[in-house]
Formats: sequence, structure tokens, C-alpha cells
Amino acid sequence: MTPENQQVLDLLRAMHADAIVAEAEFRDELTVEVKPERIVEVCRFLRDDPRTVFDLLADCCGIDMYTPTKRFGVIYNLYSLKRRHRIRLKTFVEEESPTIASVTGVWGTANWHERETYDMFGIEFTGHPDLRRMYMPEEFEYHPLRKDFPLMGIPGSLELPKK
Amino acid sequence: MGLESAMGDGYIATKLEWIINWCRKNSLYPMPMGISCCAIEMMAAAGPRFDIARFGSEVMRFSPRQCDVMIVAGTTTYKMAKVVRKIYDQMPDPKWVIAMGACTSSGGMYRTYSVVQGIDQFLPVDVYVAGCPPRPDNLLNALILLQGKVQRGECRGTAPAMVGDFGGKKHQQQVTLQLP
Amino acid sequence: MEQRPLEQIKKTKILEALENAHTTVSFEDPLGSEMVLNMGPQHPATHGVLRLLIKLDGETVLAAIPELGYLHRGYEKLAEASTFHEFIPHTDRLDYLSPLSNNTAYVLAVEKLAGIEAPRRAQFIRVLISELARISSHLMFLGSLAMDVGALTVWMWSFREREKLYDIFETIAGARFTTSYTRVGGLAQDVTPDVLNTVKLFIDEFPEKLEECAKMLNTNRIFLGRTDGVGVITREQAIDLGYTGAGLRACGVGHDLRRANPYLVYSELDFEIPVYEGGDSLARYYVRMDEMLESAKIVQQVLAKIPAGPVHASAPKKVLPRKDRVYTKMEELIHDFMIVNFGIEPPVGEVYHAVESPKGELGFYLNSNGDGHPWRLKIRSPSFVNLQTLPIMTKGAMISDVVAIIGSLDPVMGEADK
Repeated sequence: MTPENQQVLDLLRAMHADAIVAEAEFRDELTVEVKPERIVEVCRFLRDDPRTVFDLLADCCGIDMYTPTKRFGVIYNLYSLKRRHRIRLKTFVEEESPTIASVTGVWGTANWHERETYDMFGIEFTGHPDLRRMYMPEEFEYHPLRKDFPLMGIPGSLELPKK
Repeated sequence: MGLESAMGDGYIATKLEWIINWCRKNSLYPMPMGISCCAIEMMAAAGPRFDIARFGSEVMRFSPRQCDVMIVAGTTTYKMAKVVRKIYDQMPDPKWVIAMGACTSSGGMYRTYSVVQGIDQFLPVDVYVAGCPPRPDNLLNALILLQGKVQRGECRGTAPAMVGDFGGKKHQQQVTLQLP
Repeated sequence: MEQRPLEQIKKTKILEALENAHTTVSFEDPLGSEMVLNMGPQHPATHGVLRLLIKLDGETVLAAIPELGYLHRGYEKLAEASTFHEFIPHTDRLDYLSPLSNNTAYVLAVEKLAGIEAPRRAQFIRVLISELARISSHLMFLGSLAMDVGALTVWMWSFREREKLYDIFETIAGARFTTSYTRVGGLAQDVTPDVLNTVKLFIDEFPEKLEECAKMLNTNRIFLGRTDGVGVITREQAIDLGYTGAGLRACGVGHDLRRANPYLVYSELDFEIPVYEGGDSLARYYVRMDEMLESAKIVQQVLAKIPAGPVHASAPKKVLPRKDRVYTKMEELIHDFMIVNFGIEPPVGEVYHAVESPKGELGFYLNSNGDGHPWRLKIRSPSFVNLQTLPIMTKGAMISDVVAIIGSLDPVMGEADK
């Protein structure tokens, strides 16, 4: 494990050991899986602590693992401008009620990323100031990036003007 | 009138129509519905190298009320289709549509849930231009074909002509669209 | 076209969001006219299909909310259905002003996942095409911004330069701008020496041509009046909103991924990162003009340093073999068949790789489960994130400044909408 990754991992284990579910390193990138109820705390800690300073949320996306439990995941790619270091946080939520707390209070950029994740997967973010669909029209009823939604769409789900 | 009885019925009206069509074809103001990558090639066609102004399409008027031909350039999604149709409805008659690129002709490389598989599903198209994106020369060829249609007085998507790698004029096929 | 009576116009969620948008601007307008203006998806100055709903008080913008999705083509779902190689043409159409840059970014992410490294010559050529793509994209920015504020001549001049670049791309890759030139493990084909000569001829005279355009604009009273102090964003707001690219460097943050986390051979090249204070449209314009000159410097160095060698990595099960070998040798035929039909099969894992594209930080998050096609591909597009700053930048500005602000932000809807 690279020294920076080890340092971040040790800090997380010291301060929030009960929030970590799993960790992995692949191609020199650290991925930490966190419990969904503790995600906002961990994010705020990583942003504010002077030893980590992850002040840029590069990317926040959803993923559909298509497994019976822990189906939907949310992935946060963090970047530190000062230390030039990247890590990744992952959380998983269940299929029946995919809700998770929003991190817009920590990084303002999460606003649109979470809207896109809601639009594509149906994961609801509690505490989000303005949760609407991002790409699909408001009346669209499905969530396109779920694995059970066909690539070519469902006929009749979007209306077309008459010729 | 004496001339009509000498030359046949509708002689003056035909000549007048020929003159009017000639004026129309040499001053087709395009309405650039530039949506994505094809819009860049459309801009290049308006640029200094492939000058579209020498064909009479001097300005790309962005107001639909002042345009004759709508060049739909770029992938049309279902969300955008309503907007395109609205703008098409606002254009005054006679009006023509050039479907530029593979995405507008048939959905292109995007067989997905949000892309309309060809704008002829909601618009009557006059000329299809193949390419992804078509070169500006290809677009100018489409404009010349369209000028031929205008001279013949065809309008509203009857008998669309296809432009692509079909060779010269004599290889192009006329396809009749069955309009509902 | 039927008219809808006012009551029937449904109060859509976006209008509610516009009403609730927090505004700190108060303006005493004697006519007392507050209205909602729709700068629709079809507009000459919105750089593509961007829809803006603006709450106006007379001519002053109180709040602006962008609406995207008019060009949403379903890229991420397409990626789950295509192999890694099949997705390369789709990356051209993301930021369609600099397709070679997107090709390079995607292929670097796949190579990181699969654990391959391209040979040195391929890396130098990738740097060359990335920088030429950056020049092409910034020239388009220059032309559009100038056209939006009224200087149409500069648009014509920048398009003249772009046409020369298109000729170069055509000789390198075969297409004017949807090139699909890079491949996993290298490039599609090598460049010939006369291509490099053409590049050298172009880049030798490029600084003077840029100087012509700069002379038209840099001291022009109208241009300065329309961009100076317009669309200001502070450093903290920019970092909080994830704003990357030339805009971030115009706020005083010297962050460039080519220096911060070097990829390809940028660590061996000598170039500077232009940083300006101010955070307004003029600063963004200056940053991009200087970046073009720095890119020209990089291209000169690459042309001098480019080594000889192969342009395909030697990892037979993952890199597409050369076509002449496919037709004559058995193993290459089998590998070609397997790679094209079943895809390269990288190990199970996930990577996120970001490059400095002309618009900002372009990142690809790839999650693979050992299959030939990705389980999840997320495109972190810079224009999508940069557009989030629009409500802050336009607050308190005049309606005509909105056009200049969008021009200086330089969004490309192909990647913002994916």
C-alpha cells in the first residue's frame, strides 16, 4: 500500500473505526466501504482534517450491483488539491428503500451529482435542497441506469410530437 | 389574356412561378438547429473555407420566423423533439428540412432509450445527409440538391432526396415517402 | 399551434425551484417588473442545448437555473452494452470540440484498469494530439466568446486556424474531427514524418496568428467592458462547487492535472501553468489565451523529442493486433477475434482516472467484474460540473452579461448531458 493511502486509512481507523466495513487497494487507489448512516460524518472529517484535506469532490455516482442485498451503491471520488491525493468512498443501500443522507452540506458540488444519481438509479437523498430529475423529463417514471431497464427503453415511456 | 391564349394556359403563372422559385432557391436562409457535433461542421460550412454564403444562405438567422430551411444538426432526444417541432411549426411556409448526419436520419450510433430514431418520425424531411459528422462539402451538396427541389417547387417532405456516398447526380435515387 | 390558457400551464418543479432559489440581490426597479424568462434550449448563444430559466427584475438577473438533459444520449448505459473498444467512437462525441483529448482520457483509464502501459512513442504522440486538441478547443472558445460579445471577425479567423488543424487531424487519423484515434495499448496507426512536418509548419506560425486575434481583443474597449468584472466567482466557491479547468486557474488556484498528477510524459516536458486572479470572464479569457501558447511550446518539445519505436503495447490478449498480421498469422487472428467479440477481460476492480482536458478535469470511473464490457462507466464531465457555477456567476448581472458569462464558461453540452 502506498504511504499516503496507508496514512489516510490509519486516520480513518483511528477516528471512525466502526464506520468502516471494508477496504481495498487496486492500482494504487484506496477504496473504503463505509456504512450509509455514517457517510456524512466521514466525509466531513475527511474534508476538514488538516492531515487529509479532501476539499474537492471529483465525482459522486451510483452503481447497481444487481445482487439480492446491498443492491445500490453510491461512490464518492475525493481529491485533495493540496496533497494531490485521491481516494474513493463507497456505501451500499438496499433495494426496498434506497435512501441515504446527502453530502451537499459538505461539498456544494454534490448537488447536481446527487440529482443525476437520483434520476438514473432512484436513490433518494435526504436533506438535498432540490431533488429533481436531471436528464430525463419530469414525467418519466423509470430509472434508466438500473440493470432491469432495457437499453432501448420502454415503448411509450416518452412521448413524441405528432407529425 | 392574349398571351395566355397564344402560348397556352397558365403560361404567365408558370413563368412567374419559375422566377419566384429561382429567387427562393438562391436565398434559402437556414435555421440552424444545431444540437451537437454536427453543429460544429455546420459552423465550419458557414466558416471562411466552405463558404455557405456563396450559395445564398448568407446569414444563419436564429429566429424561425425569418427562415426557409431548417438544418437539424445533432442527435435529437425525446426531450428535444418537442422543441424542434415547436420551432418547425413557427417557420412560415414554404419550408424545408435538411436532416444532417446519421443521428437525425436514423438515430445514428445511439440505439438508446432517449434518442429519437430519426427525425422523420415527427418532421417531414426533404434531404438526408449521411455522415458522422458529414463533411461541410457534403452539407453544401445537400443544399444544392435542396435548391433543385425548390426550383421544381417540391415541398413538405414529398420525395426526399438522399445525399451520401452515392456518387454523382445520376446515381441518386428518388424515394417517395408515404405520408399519413 | 394552440395557445394554452394561463391556468393550465402546470407549475412544474423547475419553476418552483426557481421561485425558491435563494437570492441576495435586491434592485429597486421603478417599473416593478419581475418576470421569468426562458433562455430556451434553442438559442444562438447558449453553446448547444442549454436551457436557462432566469428570474429577472427588469434587466437584472435575480436567479438563474440551468436545465440539462436535452442531449442526454444514454452513454453510460451504452457503455454497459459495448466492449471497451467499442466505446472509443462514443468518446469522440463527448466533448466534441476536442475529440482526441477524450479518446486519450478514456484509453488511459482502460489501460490503468487492465494494467497495460503504452510504449514511449505512443505516449509522445498522445501528448501531441492532446495538446493540438486543446488548441482547437480554445480556438473555438475564442471564436464563440468573441462572437457572443459582438466581434464576428475573430470567429472567422479562429475558424481559419481550426481548419488547418482539421487538415492535420485528417492526415493523422482519417477524419476531421471524430477521430477515434487511440486504442487500448497504443494508437490505431503510426504517424508518418510528413505529418510531423505539417504540424511543425502549423505550430511555427501559430503564435503570430494568435497574436493577431489578441490584438483585436485585448485592448478593445467594448470587449473589456463586456467581460471585465462580469461573472465573478471566488476561490472558495469555486473549489466547493468542484469547478476545474481554466476557470479555477482564473480564480487564483494553480491546479492542473498535468502537473499535479502527471500522466503520459508530461513530467518530462517544460511548460507553465497560467494563473490569474480575479475570477471574472476576462481572467478566464487570459488563462485560455496563455494556455494556447503553452500548448504550442509543448508541441514544439514533443516534435523535437519524439522517439522511434512501436505504437502498440505487447500484451497480445488485450491489445488489438495489426491488421496485416491478422490476415497472415494464426495467433493474431484468434486474438483479434476474441478481443473484438468478447472484449478484453481486465481483472475485477475499479479505477478512476482523470486527465486535464481543455474544459477541466475529465475523469472516467470504470468498474469491471472481469467481463469484456464494463459493469459501470461513469464519465465525470467537466462541463457538467462547471455549469453548476452558473447560478452564482449570473446573480446580479444584466441579461446581456449572461451571454458573455456562458461564453467564458465554455460548456459543451455533449459531455454535460452525456
